[in-house]
Amino acid sequence: MKYQLEVSNITKSYGDLKANDNVSLSIKDSSIHALLGENGAGKSTLVKIIYGSLTPDSGEMKWANNKYSPKSPFQARENGIAMVFQHFSLFESLTVEDNIILGLDGVGLNENFSEQIIKYSKQYGLDINPQQVVGDLSVGARQRVEIIRCLMQNPKLLIMDEPTSVLTPQEVADLFVTLKKLAADGCAILYISHKLEEVREICSEATILRGGKLVQSCIPQEHSQKELAEMMIGKKLTELARTNITIGETIFSIDNLSRKSDDIYGVNLKNIALKMSKGSIVGIAGVAGNGQDELMELLIGEIPSPKATLNFNGQDIGLLNSHERRQLSMFFVPEERLGHGAVPDMSLDENMLLSRPDSTEMTSRDVIDWEKVAVHSKTVIDTFDVQTPSSKMLAKSLSGGNLQKFMVGRELIQNPELLIVAQPTWGVDAGSANNIHQALIELADKGSAILIISQDLDEILSLCEQIHVLSEGQLSDAVDMKSKGLEKISQLMVGGKV
Amino acid sequence: MNESLFINIIIGISIASVPLMFAAIGELLVERSGVLNLGVEGMMIVGALLGFVVMSHTQNPYLAVLAAMAGGMAIASIFAFLTQFLLTNQVATGLALTLFGLGFAAFAGRGYTEETIQLITAVPIPYLSDIPYLGPLLFSFNPLVYLAFFMVYLVWWFLFRTKQGLILRAIGDNHDAAHAIGHNVVRYRVMAILFGGAMAGIGGAFLSLVQVPIWGEGMTAGRGWIALGLVVFASWQPFRIIFGAILFGGITILQIHAQGLNINVSAQYLSMLPYLATIVILVSLRMRLKNKTNRTVPNCLGRIFHSTT
Repeated sequence: MKYQLEVSNITKSYGDLKANDNVSLSIKDSSIHALLGENGAGKSTLVKIIYGSLTPDSGEMKWANNKYSPKSPFQARENGIAMVFQHFSLFESLTVEDNIILGLDGVGLNENFSEQIIKYSKQYGLDINPQQVVGDLSVGARQRVEIIRCLMQNPKLLIMDEPTSVLTPQEVADLFVTLKKLAADGCAILYISHKLEEVREICSEATILRGGKLVQSCIPQEHSQKELAEMMIGKKLTELARTNITIGETIFSIDNLSRKSDDIYGVNLKNIALKMSKGSIVGIAGVAGNGQDELMELLIGEIPSPKATLNFNGQDIGLLNSHERRQLSMFFVPEERLGHGAVPDMSLDENMLLSRPDSTEMTSRDVIDWEKVAVHSKTVIDTFDVQTPSSKMLAKSLSGGNLQKFMVGRELIQNPELLIVAQPTWGVDAGSANNIHQALIELADKGSAILIISQDLDEILSLCEQIHVLSEGQLSDAVDMKSKGLEKISQLMVGGKV
Repeated sequence: MNESLFINIIIGISIASVPLMFAAIGELLVERSGVLNLGVEGMMIVGALLGFVVMSHTQNPYLAVLAAMAGGMAIASIFAFLTQFLLTNQVATGLALTLFGLGFAAFAGRGYTEETIQLITAVPIPYLSDIPYLGPLLFSFNPLVYLAFFMVYLVWWFLFRTKQGLILRAIGDNHDAAHAIGHNVVRYRVMAILFGGAMAGIGGAFLSLVQVPIWGEGMTAGRGWIALGLVVFASWQPFRIIFGAILFGGITILQIHAQGLNINVSAQYLSMLPYLATIVILVSLRMRLKNKTNRTVPNCLGRIFHSTT
């Protein structure tokens, strides 16, 4: 067995921060190799060095036994390294064909390219239409475009940055079939993920990074999921379990709520109905773009709902705006952090104050007392391990995962009677996700109701007692999890009926 | 209406449209790359001045047009440096560029306000221009008029028929993604901005070399702003620039010929027309696009690109 890529003692610093500190890793050809680590562990830095977007301060790489030091992604691609990015590097207003051409060096426009795309798409069972505009495609289809773009370079090494975080279970299964076929055909794969179950399923080796340093290289099947997670975060994980489920009376209900979207690419909501009790955690699963955004806007109160469709504690709240809803102790964490959840150009302190329905404890006679605000911010920053130099930092300067922790924490410390949260751990690493989940459970144990809208099925399965699926604007009844629950959910997620 | 008046109107419209066409097609390419340069008026007036000055010293129309292009590009290069390397706000920088260009041209052109030059005249194409009706309509124009139409075609061809054009559109759509796959965002944008400057320069020079043989302070008279409106009117599609420029140019010419045609409207109302038309068109365009995800606007328009790697 020979090595396709050998990385030795790579170091890369940004000022005082060592993003990669003496990291080594070797990828065998035709193997699927996992790169594991929390946010900020240095995975992206390492991958960018391999892909030629960054040059390391020291250390060296070998590609098929020859010295390899790429100056740009072009050189990496010339050598046969391709990459599927986490936030896809696709152009929404262009067609699939144009997008693929853009990623291929030396391919011009006049060649009849569609046929070649279709050939590759058939060969690997990746269904795409070259003439479609990417903006109209689902997330899964966009990923297929990225993968085909990479495959058409005939790579010897394919780097995939968290490829499954946005896919349905069926799409994940399809992806794995493709990846296994690729590896069998002689292409090595560097698979970056924090989903440990997947890593144990398809990867033959794993390299774990923490704080820029190499922790260990191991064979993932020889360790349990929990062991791997603990290697990643460097401490013990707390077991998630609801000890104290006491379901009380109904606190929130949605009745026959419909909405016609005003965006032609939007989704119309049809007769949404849902009941939530005190002390319960309710999950809405589903693939993004099936009406989640539209529903969230109605629940938050960005858009008023018709009379008698939303009821909170016996009060019709459809016409209340989000500030008025917060005053009744309904709190929200919207999915889009910058813009909906936080004002990007304002500090964490300012963002803390802005969402408060009652700011008397931070003001004196309506004049803001910044010291008091900072105390509240600090509570959130400490409790939820938000990595930031101070609460004076602008919201947009925090990484996505960190800002997410701050926003979830900001709502949680207000002890909401009802918390509605979309994608609570989107982009958040395993250790912090565990913290957030624990805090949600504690809140529910105290008798609050929590509604979670998430694409992450594992998250919903581990937290929620009552699970619905949103598909094409329609909400299923609560899925009976006792028999074949997961199968039913998968079916519902792709638009099927149960 | 008699025949020669009709032909005169057509020629008049073409002359009024061409400066808009040049400036707008340049700005269209700039905006396709994701940059909003509001300095068109400033680049035009500097082009108008430089073209005039070189013409008055050398009497060489080729040199004059080249000088106008260089002038527009020089002003555009200030914009490119500030917005692409120092990452300044594009709207503020563009406005400053217009004010700077107007002031600079007024100052540098003080000595030329009394001078007149030899206009660049129409060159009827031999034989073809002798065809009855069609000849005077299609083949008897100033060479710069043909160049304007050709530039529109060229920009279309570049954007939609070349790989570089595709890359430029991709950069306008998502500069982070373009950077991630290894394309040089800043280089493409600087080139686009310089091209926009050159086109605005010729557009300005057309005023002082073809329309009138004199130099006057502020002689661009808001045409740069109309060109900016035209790009939106054309919804970033090159060939629609031609239609829009002729429409806007036509309104201007209508003012001049209105009296000859016995249309009894006071001149002030007519001179308001191009600007009113801009507003009406912008509003109606918005109404038409309402409830639609607008695919035509480059997504990154006006956004600052800063690579962290």
